[in-house]
This record gives sequence, structure tokens and C-alpha cells, in this order.
Amino acid sequence: MAEFRLPPNSRIKKGRNFPVTGGASNVRRFAVYRYDPSAGDNPRVDTYEVDMDNCAPMVLDALIKIKNEIDPTLTFRRSCREGICGSCSMNIDGSNTLACTKSIDEIKGDVKIYPLPHMPIVKDLVPDLTNFYAQYASIKPWLQSHTPPPPDRERLQSKQDQEMIDEPAACILCACCSTACPSYWWNSDRYLGPAALLAAYRWLVDSRDEVTGERLDDLEDPFRLYRCHTIMNCTQTCPKGLNPAKAIAETKKMLAERRY
Amino acid sequence: MSLRTPLSRVLGHGSAKEGTAHFVSQRISAIALVLLGGWFLVSMYLLESTAYLEVVRYIGRPLNSVLLSLLSVIVAYHSYLGVQVVIEDYVHAPGLKLLALIGSRFAHTLIAVASVYAVIRIGLII
Repeated sequence: MAEFRLPPNSRIKKGRNFPVTGGASNVRRFAVYRYDPSAGDNPRVDTYEVDMDNCAPMVLDALIKIKNEIDPTLTFRRSCREGICGSCSMNIDGSNTLACTKSIDEIKGDVKIYPLPHMPIVKDLVPDLTNFYAQYASIKPWLQSHTPPPPDRERLQSKQDQEMIDEPAACILCACCSTACPSYWWNSDRYLGPAALLAAYRWLVDSRDEVTGERLDDLEDPFRLYRCHTIMNCTQTCPKGLNPAKAIAETKKMLAERRY
Repeated sequence: MSLRTPLSRVLGHGSAKEGTAHFVSQRISAIALVLLGGWFLVSMYLLESTAYLEVVRYIGRPLNSVLLSLLSVIVAYHSYLGVQVVIEDYVHAPGLKLLALIGSRFAHTLIAVASVYAVIRIGLII
């Protein structure tokens, strides 16, 4: 059965408190999920007070400041700090987003930071995305064509054809959408999840791709595709403003249309 | 511990090449239920009294018998499709899942057949 309560060793305990030092006047509190599987302790939430007069505006800036100046044991992924690499995806103030593009000012009260929901945790804010990446690989995210490309130039596309893939191709695979989806929480071993399905749709509507039929065959499955129950958390949470729910609905439409 | 690769686990036994018929049936039966449900509510509202004989006479009219039978069958069918999805979503123990799916199919078929039998029986008495 689906588990609605965390197992005893995953229940979150109260952690340590790191008060601000010196006479700072503009202080924000950051409540951050901490877990180290090798330590054998339960997860806890540590609270860090940060002097905002000496901190840049984004949540990632605060996390970097905490790691550099307060607690070097805090672990998180980050790279580009401009919303294009998808590394710093985490659950901030109750919804999945990128720490680098989430402004601290948007959040009222304590800034609560947890890892992406319902994923195995490597450490602190770092989830294990192995299954997520394997799901992406499984939809064969590359151009497949029987017709060889012209010898003297690239394959041509009309402007309208390109516009079809503009949005789905803008996905950065941060996993915010998939880990926000309850269906993915209960069945991520068999349901591909919104991110992989958005990527699949990107190749379904690519005018240069010639295996649309095979791609649809591979998706037509009660679990791989049809576990989507149009909950729409994916679209609601996408930090890039994309619409995986619509891509999934369009895929279902394509599957229905080829039957009748 | 399995040493299967993550991709092998995701690919599993491949696609079932199924699900679209279920998806379409669920939506078409929903449309049918909006129409039949609307008819049922309106005709219940228009019923002059809820006295036993009055209701039996109402059910016994040919058009009402046909539409009521249809309503019962489609309610059971639509409910079966929905309950199947709920079981697949939440029940993960393999044996229990199979039992629940078979049990649900039996229960919904029983409800549909019993409802139609009741309508026919009333229709034949009147």
C-alpha cells in the first residue's frame, strides 16, 4: 500500500540553532533540512540566522553564505546560479523551485528549505536522481530519422515547426515537476513523470523526427503515461514557466486520434 | 540487492500498448452519465409523489426502464474504471493488487446485473 507516514528513521527532528553574531538589524531565519545517511541519525531541521544586509537577494545566495560562513557541513547542489543548469532545485517555502531564481523577499516568515519531495536523499538537500535520469534516457531524447540528412547542410525546419518545440525544449531537467507530482510519488518506478513526458513530447512534435509512431507505442502504457491524472502540480511549480501537463494531455490526444 | 542498471529497471517489461481505450472509455462514459444523470434528477424532481406504487409505475414505463437500466450499467462501468485506477495508484503488494482488481470487477458486474434485473422485474410486474 502507499505509505502516508514516513518510516521511523525518516521522521524529522528538531535540529541545531545558529544565531546571528554581531549587531545585525536585518535578520532572516532559514530552516534547512539536514540528513546524513552515514551518521545513522534521523533527519533534522537546523535553523540559521542570516544578516541580510550582507547577503545577496536569492535563496541560493543565502545557502552559499551559510555554507561559507556558518556551517560548512551543509550540502546542496548548485552551479550556474542563473536558472539554466537545474542543479539547485529544492523545496522552498512549500513548493519546488530553483534556489537561484527564488528571491528571499518573496517569502514571508522563516525560509523553509527541504530537498525535492519523496526522493531518496544522498545528503541534506541532495536527492538521488538516478531513476529520474534513467527515465529521461528511456524516452530516447535524440533525433531519429530514416532519411539521411542533406550532405551539404543541416535538416531544414519551418519557423512554425521550430515554434512547436521551443517551449518543451526549454526544460532544464531540474526535476521540480516530477517530484511535485503525487502520482510520481506513489509510482515513480513505473510512471515516467512530467519531466520525461515533456521531453518525449518535444520529440513527438519535432518535424524532423521520423519515429513518432514508435515513440507513441513506447508511451502507450497504463503506468508510463496514463498515471497522469491531470493534477497540474507540474505546471504550477515549473520554475521555467513550462507546461508539462499540457504536453501530456496533447500526447494522450495524439494516442486517441490515431485510433479513430 | 539488484545489480540491474537504472535504465533496465525503467524499461522493465516494455510498454503494455494499452491505456488509451481505458482513457477514452472513462471520458465517454462520463459524458453519458452527465446526460443520463441530468435526466434522472429532472424526472425524480417531476415525480408527483414518492409513494411506493407511484415509483413502481414510474420505473415500469418503457422509456424509464430503458434509461434506468442504462444509467445503472454505465454508473457501474464508470465506477469500475475509476476504482481500477485507484487500486493501481495505491495498492502495490502484488497479490493484494490482483485480488482487489478481480474483486472490484466482480462487485461492479454484480451491481450492474442486479440493478438491471430489478428494473426488468418491476417492468414485468406492472
